Amino acid sequence: MIEFWTSFGIWLGALSTLAIWSFLYKDNPFYKVAEQIFVGISAAYWLVYTIYNILIPNLFSKLIADPVANWIYFIPGILGLMMILRIIPKFEKLSFYPLSLLIGTTAGISLLRFLKSDVLTQTTATMLNPFAATSLTVTIGQIIIIIGTITGLVYFYFSKKHEGFIGANARVGIIFLMVSFGASFGYTVMARISLLIGRLQFIFGDWLHLIK
Amino acid sequence: MSFSSIDRRWIFLFILLGVAIPLIIPIGFKLEVTSDVQKVYDLIQNVEEDKLALISFDYDPASKPELHPMGYAIIKHAIEKNHIIVCTALWPMGSQMADDIYHNLKAEMPELEYGKNFINLGYKAGGMVTIQAMGKDMRKVYPTDVSGKDINEYEILNCVKSLKSFAYVVSLSSGTPGLKDWIMIAKDKYGVPVLGGATAVSTPGFKPYLNDSNQLNGLLGGLKNAAEYEGLVKRKGTATAGMDAQSVAHLIIIGFILLGNIAFFMNYKKVKD
Repeated sequence: MIEFWTSFGIWLGALSTLAIWSFLYKDNPFYKVAEQIFVGISAAYWLVYTIYNILIPNLFSKLIADPVANWIYFIPGILGLMMILRIIPKFEKLSFYPLSLLIGTTAGISLLRFLKSDVLTQTTATMLNPFAATSLTVTIGQIIIIIGTITGLVYFYFSKKHEGFIGANARVGIIFLMVSFGASFGYTVMARISLLIGRLQFIFGDWLHLIK
Repeated sequence: MSFSSIDRRWIFLFILLGVAIPLIIPIGFKLEVTSDVQKVYDLIQNVEEDKLALISFDYDPASKPELHPMGYAIIKHAIEKNHIIVCTALWPMGSQMADDIYHNLKAEMPELEYGKNFINLGYKAGGMVTIQAMGKDMRKVYPTDVSGKDINEYEILNCVKSLKSFAYVVSLSSGTPGLKDWIMIAKDKYGVPVLGGATAVSTPGFKPYLNDSNQLNGLLGGLKNAAEYEGLVKRKGTATAGMDAQSVAHLIIIGFILLGNIAFFMNYKKVKD
């Protein structure tokens, strides 16, 4: 019986993949069906997952087991309810309070961490002495990092018109930015092809048994 | 019909064939190990036996083709070095990803044993806040493992107090929360070495952390780096099998970009004339 359901799952997965891919030819009912099933199942899955893996263990079970000792959990519980009230127009404004608390707390926690990791440590890491490096390749690489960082920052300096010395630096900066965008695009292509490979490995391997 | 007006479905077909054929008939392109991958390998290789490694599964099935092979290779390497693997997840389905790797790797490595050198603590919501709490008291954040069993019953976790109890952290990450949160808290706040496995899309964003301050001690980015790591640990998996297809697809895309540009400039010249 288990084997039947495994095979059924593989067939369902393979046919759904083909149905989704059929959109590349043109929009068609197979694609629409697969798309709607995917959206419906995803929404239902996440709802059930959130209830059983987040709400029950982190909130309901604690409040049911010992509400007096765990009284503090009533606060996030009430804030959560206030957030849901957004769906009732009359009480919509009540959702602003938990939302503002969430945004304020997140900003407060993140600010220090981002300041340290993304500003201070990154700046320190750019303060290099390229000529202290052990090899010529590293020296060249570090010089490129310094030039790229400075000219990149100059490009985003808008308080002075980009002409003369500033303009020349900004033009160098934009070359570094273009190289960076190109690298990001290359990685994105690689990622999308990797996903296609993953699907084809499933189709040729698990479904058609053409590859191991 | 000019090249610039070609039906894009031809491009889809070429890409499909370019990926499908090398999967069925492998070519065997050689792979060079890049320095960022070597750094990951060296750090794990140089950690002493019986040390704890925290592996966070911060992805779901959508990123499985890229990140799962990294998980297999890193866990295999760590187990061979007799490290104790403790798995966590910042993504709800990450916990199932860890279980999947454990069950498949168990068939290859009988020495891999749950409770002895592998434990899955499961998913915790909260991202950065959860990691901060782990930095203070790991046992409060994870009083039980994924099956609900008290972690005090596992002897191998007796020495676990906080993030500092781990020799290194690996985050297999496909977004937020993920690797960036581990860098910010585990490394920049608590000084624990952090290694990363990221999807190719997010890899350029993590490169700046591979700096002289060693915010990130090593990075596997995308399927190519996963294949390189498989080569280092001598476990040819789905990443290695997919690299021929990846290379051929890239060549086809480069070809189309070149042809597209040639067609554009020819057309541009005609209009200008």
